[in-house]
Amino acid sequence: MFAIPLAWLQLKREKVRLLVALAGIGFAVILMFIQFGFQDALFDSAVSLHRNIEGDIFLISPQSTALIAMEQFPQRRLYQSLGVSGVESVSPLYLGFATWRNPTNRKTRQILVIGFEPDNPIFNQTIVSNLAPIRLPDTVLFDRASREEFGPIGELFDQQKVVTTELSGRRVTVGGLFKLGASFGADGNLITSDINFLRLFGQRKIGQLDVGVIRLQPGADREQVLKRLEATLQESTKDVRVLSKEGFVEFERSYWASSTAIGFIFTLGAAIGFVVGTVIVYQILYTDVSDHLAEYATLKAMGYRNLYLLSVVFQEAFILAIMGYIPGLLFSTGLYNLTRNATSLPIYMTTQRSLMVFCLTVIMCMMSGAIAVRRVQDADPADIF
Amino acid sequence: MSQEPVIAIDRVNHYFGSGRLRKQILFDITAEIQPGEIVIMMGPSGSGKTTLLTLIGALRSTQEGSMRVLGQELNHADHGLLVPLRRNIGYIFQAHNLLNSLTARQNVQMSLELHSEVSEREARRLSEEMLEAVGLRDWAGYYPHELSGGQKQRVAIARALASHPKIVLADEPTAALDKQSGRDVVEIMQRLAKQRGSAILLVTHDNRILDVADRIIYMEDGRLSALETAPI
Repeated sequence: MFAIPLAWLQLKREKVRLLVALAGIGFAVILMFIQFGFQDALFDSAVSLHRNIEGDIFLISPQSTALIAMEQFPQRRLYQSLGVSGVESVSPLYLGFATWRNPTNRKTRQILVIGFEPDNPIFNQTIVSNLAPIRLPDTVLFDRASREEFGPIGELFDQQKVVTTELSGRRVTVGGLFKLGASFGADGNLITSDINFLRLFGQRKIGQLDVGVIRLQPGADREQVLKRLEATLQESTKDVRVLSKEGFVEFERSYWASSTAIGFIFTLGAAIGFVVGTVIVYQILYTDVSDHLAEYATLKAMGYRNLYLLSVVFQEAFILAIMGYIPGLLFSTGLYNLTRNATSLPIYMTTQRSLMVFCLTVIMCMMSGAIAVRRVQDADPADIF
Repeated sequence: MSQEPVIAIDRVNHYFGSGRLRKQILFDITAEIQPGEIVIMMGPSGSGKTTLLTLIGALRSTQEGSMRVLGQELNHADHGLLVPLRRNIGYIFQAHNLLNSLTARQNVQMSLELHSEVSEREARRLSEEMLEAVGLRDWAGYYPHELSGGQKQRVAIARALASHPKIVLADEPTAALDKQSGRDVVEIMQRLAKQRGSAILLVTHDNRILDVADRIIYMEDGRLSALETAPI
């Protein structure tokens, strides 16, 4: 039945129409890639801090909703956890937003300050190599992957210049650099010691933490320790919440996905791309079938079954899906690179997402095909004599 | 030796429309066509010639009377039986109705694709042979829009006859052609049909081609009004 690839030959015949169809499908593909890509980038950037903290189990206040809205809990809960078997060490972690003044143009902007004990770091060496500077009073480390509105701190520092600026009304010195990356919640990051942190946030009560980081002894059963911590801390005191690392990441992700409009907006954007693509492919296929109606009727008169003609339409839909997807994929990869360079967001073309968009593209074209084939039924062989 | 006729029509009536608008198109049609016979059907426009052709070709369902084509009763026949029957009938239309996206050779091959016993290579060879038989060997790779009207109609004949149908139904195949092309087309049809033993039922207004017929029948106002033997 397929010695003559009628579907392909018919598509090829109308070159302009084919190009329009491919442009339309490519547009829909790009729209879906952009929406899904931004959504994933948002989630990935929102949790990059969580992922990079060296810890197995995390304590947060039950009232905390996200990194940008943390409530404090009593520090003694963290030290109590040391009494639970399997726990090796703990690190207190302070988080807060302070106002950073750009040292070159004097403009201010909110920046995330991460405070912890220099003797008890929560990042490994690859992210922060030297913690010695923050032992000095009012000295911070600056995230060189922060947005550029904070000033060319990285360049200045590399030129051996002393960078001093104002942070929430205190004069601070940049003592070093590290690299973590901006997120939707925080445009930039600073690291400093717990003592410097409390100097900055003078209104905070001593003994109140934002996050407690717990590391386990080698070979300890994580699930068991988690259960014991839940029983001894969470159940009895109710003023702390115990999370595994995945739970901590999920806590942040679910905030962005469900408690903000962002997840909805991006899904809606992708859905619009899907609908636009469906309409375009339907228009193209419908016109194509209408143009060939007399030919299809002839084929029916010759003894071709409806099934053959339906398969021709679906083959056309499938060919369009593949031919529209490939340029869309290439173009989107370029757009991702552009976005990554412009916004410091971690946006990459992943296999999973490219497969998902491919499946959506095929479904989109098949749906259009399913609507367009109804026209084939109109081809009446008795009309052509 | 008397053979079974390839087409046997017995008291067929046909109506269009329904209710008060119901109009009878064919009245009490009775006719037979023998294997290999070339029959021309003449008659004024609107007399029901084309309707009869679509009934024979299993493109419309027969409403009243008996219509036997290739031994198959079409009245009350299941739709599933009609489609395979169409594969044994060659159609030549007034407009050529070729597939514009396919070359001449591919157009001919489309009628062979339906016969699964023919391999692809064989189908290709047969298509080329058919085009040679209608004098278009050098035009096999051309698309319909690159061919003249007469050439297109010859491709249509090659397509209709490629699968050795027992019956060829032609509806005014020469209407859109000039005198010489029309003559060529009809002669090719006649020659190939005789070689292959196909019966031809040809509807025409064209007096110039009546001599190819074994028999001429007249249709007027939905009735087959006269039968006569063609001058040989």
